[in-house]
Amino acid sequence: MSSYDHEPIIEMRNIAKHFGPVIALSGVSFDVRLGECHCLLGDNGAGKSTFIKTMSGVHTPSSGEILFKGKPMKFDSPRDAMEAGIATVYQDLAMIPLMSVTRNFWMGREPLRRVGPLRFVDFAKANEVTMEEMRKMGINLREPDQAVGTLSGGERQTVAIARAVYFGAEVLILDEPTSALGVRQTANVLSTIDRVRKRGVGVVFITHNVRHALAVGDRFTVINRGKTLGTALRGQISPEELQDMMAGGQEMVELEESLGGTV
Amino acid sequence: MADERIEQVSKFRRALIRPELGAIAGVILVFAFFLMIAGDSGMFGPQGIMNWSVVSAQFMIIAVGACLLMIAGEFDLSVGSMIGFAGILIAIFSVQLHWPVWTAILVAFAICVSIGAVNGFLVIKTGLPSFIVSLAFLYILRGLTIWLSIVTTHKTIIGGVKEAAKGDWLAPVFGGKILHGAFVWLASHGMLKTYSAGSRAGQPVVEGIPMLIVWALVLIVIGHVVLTRTRFGNWIYAAGGDAQAARYVGVPVNRVKILMFMTTAFCACVFATCQVMEFGSAAADRGLLKEFEAIICVVIGGALLTGGYGTVVGAALGALIFGVVQQGLFFSGAESSLFRVFLGTILILAVILNTYIRRLITGER
Repeated sequence: MSSYDHEPIIEMRNIAKHFGPVIALSGVSFDVRLGECHCLLGDNGAGKSTFIKTMSGVHTPSSGEILFKGKPMKFDSPRDAMEAGIATVYQDLAMIPLMSVTRNFWMGREPLRRVGPLRFVDFAKANEVTMEEMRKMGINLREPDQAVGTLSGGERQTVAIARAVYFGAEVLILDEPTSALGVRQTANVLSTIDRVRKRGVGVVFITHNVRHALAVGDRFTVINRGKTLGTALRGQISPEELQDMMAGGQEMVELEESLGGTV
Repeated sequence: MADERIEQVSKFRRALIRPELGAIAGVILVFAFFLMIAGDSGMFGPQGIMNWSVVSAQFMIIAVGACLLMIAGEFDLSVGSMIGFAGILIAIFSVQLHWPVWTAILVAFAICVSIGAVNGFLVIKTGLPSFIVSLAFLYILRGLTIWLSIVTTHKTIIGGVKEAAKGDWLAPVFGGKILHGAFVWLASHGMLKTYSAGSRAGQPVVEGIPMLIVWALVLIVIGHVVLTRTRFGNWIYAAGGDAQAARYVGVPVNRVKILMFMTTAFCACVFATCQVMEFGSAAADRGLLKEFEAIICVVIGGALLTGGYGTVVGAALGALIFGVVQQGLFFSGAESSLFRVFLGTILILAVILNTYIRRLITGER
């Protein structure tokens, strides 16, 4: 596969993170290449959120190495990571519902135009780019100044993804983008992920839903109790195996039996 | 694909649905009402218009600050106390300490804006609701105002500012009137009545536009342009809409909020200075309840109490409604205590209407 021809853009080695006496992560290794979708799977409390917050600059790791484009890197803030080209789309904090799509899209990076000594937001350009980028993602907005609150959950995720990609994200971290969505909207978000990957962006897709992961993932890493349990390539692992790894094996098998194999 | 379930909205309807719609409807209703019941009372004569314009402009000045702050997601309940405090400071500096009035005004502004910054800093650093922090300042500033005034003069009213302000260059910026010549011209051409007796016989009944009104208009225009046209305005909306989401994309939320607290304090100080210059005195009880009146104007104007939504134009219209109703009841000879009943009713109706309009715009369910 072509995406394995080059080196990882970001490589996390043996990341550990302690919060006082609590060991949230104890040795997680993970890497992303441009143009691939690497799924990070894990049950609730496995350490997925802590791990991606380390990757996006919210937390500094207690130990371990972060290599970005082959060089050791330390992010002190989300802003640092963002400048470097690592964008994170949070499940519930992606968008501000009361604000328009355009205002959300450009939030923090509004395009300016000079009028004498004053600088105003260039809304003509902002609206045009927003409409165009949304069209590329398969969403036809009625108007760029419609409130984000009028969009569906999947569309909001898509706006956030489109925004990250437009502003030059090379690595896109998606924190459970599908967990609150219906079937149709999930499909839309998954196809957005596919589209973004084809544009050469490295996608980190965090989920606890094996089917969603298998639908778009190129590689799968399972994390449990703060440790990586291993990474598998697409086609090398079955949904059942992934599910078992996530839930910690034996207990899950017993549980599944008692539920008649429906989980 | 466009969703076939999304109703196509006509241009007309879209133009109609805006945050200030409730306030626009309110303004029309209020004017129609008073034209009906007080049309011949002089309310819509030159003096009458000047009367409710000045009162509305007072509300507008503090409403602009309160509006921007509320959109940024915070409240300031210390506005009223700040008005009293700023006034007493100016009077003490200029009358008791014999400073030039312009120095007194500038120092008072500096102190008030700094207190606004402290207010905002405490809210940001402690994470407490601004309701509580500014409530504390409501008491602290009012107490300081009365204490300062008693300690320095043994009175709660300090007069003599007008005499001190004679010849000062900055005082007329707050207490003066503009376009005096235009009104004299209107009077000389019979388009404006003149006083027929007394010491001001021959002068027009309206001498000019008070600077208070000019300040109100300037603040509204600046507030509106900043909010809707600039990057900073987008950040104000973002800070109030969802502070965490805004931080994640690099909006300096803390800076925005603290600046908005400073703006509110600045507006309170403008209000206070205009009042002191007009009356020639400062009183320790000035500005009572103004914080709530400012918030009412903003809410009538369509802003959301939880932040992230609203317009300066709406708040200004809310202030106009407030001013016209207050003075209109006076002109129509209604019992003045009824004003509060009327106000409470308008407030409830406005909030219900605005909630409905907001749902239409934002698709909230």
